[in-house]
Amino acid sequence: MKPEPQHLDPVAEANRRAQGKRPWFLQDPATERVLSIAMALAGELSVARERIDTLERLLEQRGLLSRADIEGFSPDAAAQTERDAWGRAYIARILRIIDQDVQALNEANAGAPDPSIEAVIEELGRSADPT
Amino acid sequence: MSTLPSIPSWRQVGRHAVFPEATHDEVARFDFLTRLNLHLSQMVLPGVKLAYEQRVKPAFVAEYSREPADRHEVRKAMQPDLHYQLWSALRRNSMEMRQQAGRALVFRQLERLRAAADALNEGAPTLKLDPSVRSPRYATAVDTHCMPGSYHTETVERDIAPGANYDAGIFVTTAGMLGAYSDGGGQALVDWLTQHKPGWKPRRILDIGCTIGHNALPLAQAFPEARVVAIDPATPVLRYGHARARSLGVHNIEFVQAVGESVPAEDASFDLVTTAMFWHETSSAAMPRIMKEVHRVLAPGGLTLHLEQPQYAGMDPFVAFMRDWDAYNNNEPFWTRMHEADLDRLVTQAGFPNGSYFETTMQAKVDRRLFPAAAAGEGGAAQEDYGRTPTWTAFGANKPAVPA
Repeated sequence: MKPEPQHLDPVAEANRRAQGKRPWFLQDPATERVLSIAMALAGELSVARERIDTLERLLEQRGLLSRADIEGFSPDAAAQTERDAWGRAYIARILRIIDQDVQALNEANAGAPDPSIEAVIEELGRSADPT
Repeated sequence: MSTLPSIPSWRQVGRHAVFPEATHDEVARFDFLTRLNLHLSQMVLPGVKLAYEQRVKPAFVAEYSREPADRHEVRKAMQPDLHYQLWSALRRNSMEMRQQAGRALVFRQLERLRAAADALNEGAPTLKLDPSVRSPRYATAVDTHCMPGSYHTETVERDIAPGANYDAGIFVTTAGMLGAYSDGGGQALVDWLTQHKPGWKPRRILDIGCTIGHNALPLAQAFPEARVVAIDPATPVLRYGHARARSLGVHNIEFVQAVGESVPAEDASFDLVTTAMFWHETSSAAMPRIMKEVHRVLAPGGLTLHLEQPQYAGMDPFVAFMRDWDAYNNNEPFWTRMHEADLDRLVTQAGFPNGSYFETTMQAKVDRRLFPAAAAGEGGAAQEDYGRTPTWTAFGANKPAVPA
């Protein structure tokens, strides 16, 4: 006999792993676990930010606050657009380092890769322009 | 202010009586994941191709004096690349986070959702469960696309949780590009039929591997005089799909527990037999058996039509490698071999005449409720994203009206 739904622990059920060997991608599996935790934190910050946004808008609109108001709040098209803009910038902030990898790849692709710092040091340290 | 199109919020998802209700924060969690998925496909993914072209392929060429010959060589060469590793690690995580969020949503309200499904399903002759039907090995070897428990696992009696989790999450994974009811695949089939067989009214339609029926419902709605039979071996998605259809007011469809290898129907029972995103979740052994069964139950003059991702034959090895990602990293283990299969041969060996196989391209119709600004060619992902954008290959065959 299977348990009744009210006897399940939703937290444990939510965290259930998918059967099938999980692939790991980074050379250091510990780093990859930290990445997973960081992304989960990123998600939770996004959720908290959105809740604050809702609170502020409701307070501004009505000057009062109740839980039902928060649960029932639905942003209008303009507010949704602002949230999307914030959400885009937010994810870009978190993944900046990877975006910059892509920029470097693009610059190299266009034939303008960064010279090595050693090369720049050498260039700037030359006593006179080579002629 | 940015001129980028607004991203559809989960708040706009299509609802019905067995659809989970989300709190403010649960919606925000889904919307974060939608934005993260778009960021990964639009900002991080292009770097994977650049990394291949600039450092991985040149290193391969330097070592072997030739380019990688196929997707497997590309994969082996790409695996040590840091950017590919980071993109993959983030993508895998976004899949797992979406599952976690969906299951958290469903399990906290499962008692209410199951009662709602019970009320719609109880005694209905259009929900036919058969305890003698077992989910085949290909459906249970791993949990399909990282859904814990896949389609079939029952955690409670009369479970519907896998269906509810699947239904709630497709919108996030596809960023709404399959429409409010995630039925863009079924709508694409209907559009194709309307264009290519104008005036045709199939009376009996079979959909194999229907899961929650999201792609079968558009067929039932487009052909209201038809009777649609949707089959799947997994009870939770059948219960959920049946309740979902009832709640959406679609009554000319029945949900039957069965596998494609053994359709509980007489010979020549159907005018149209469809699948949507089905074959890549089967096996090499199952494919010919299922296609023979399609041929058997199809009436003379009938049509079979299948929505899938494109086959790899003739495809650039890098593009095929990217499309193969889900096989190795998102629990779609048959995806890679399925896309090598000779589908013309599959169809012919099942009994369809030589030359009856055809292939075409289908696109999901943009849901203007979600993308109000979308004109043709706008609103979707502009760049290649290796199978995430809803552009599909479809294949099929006509059964001759008079046996050859």
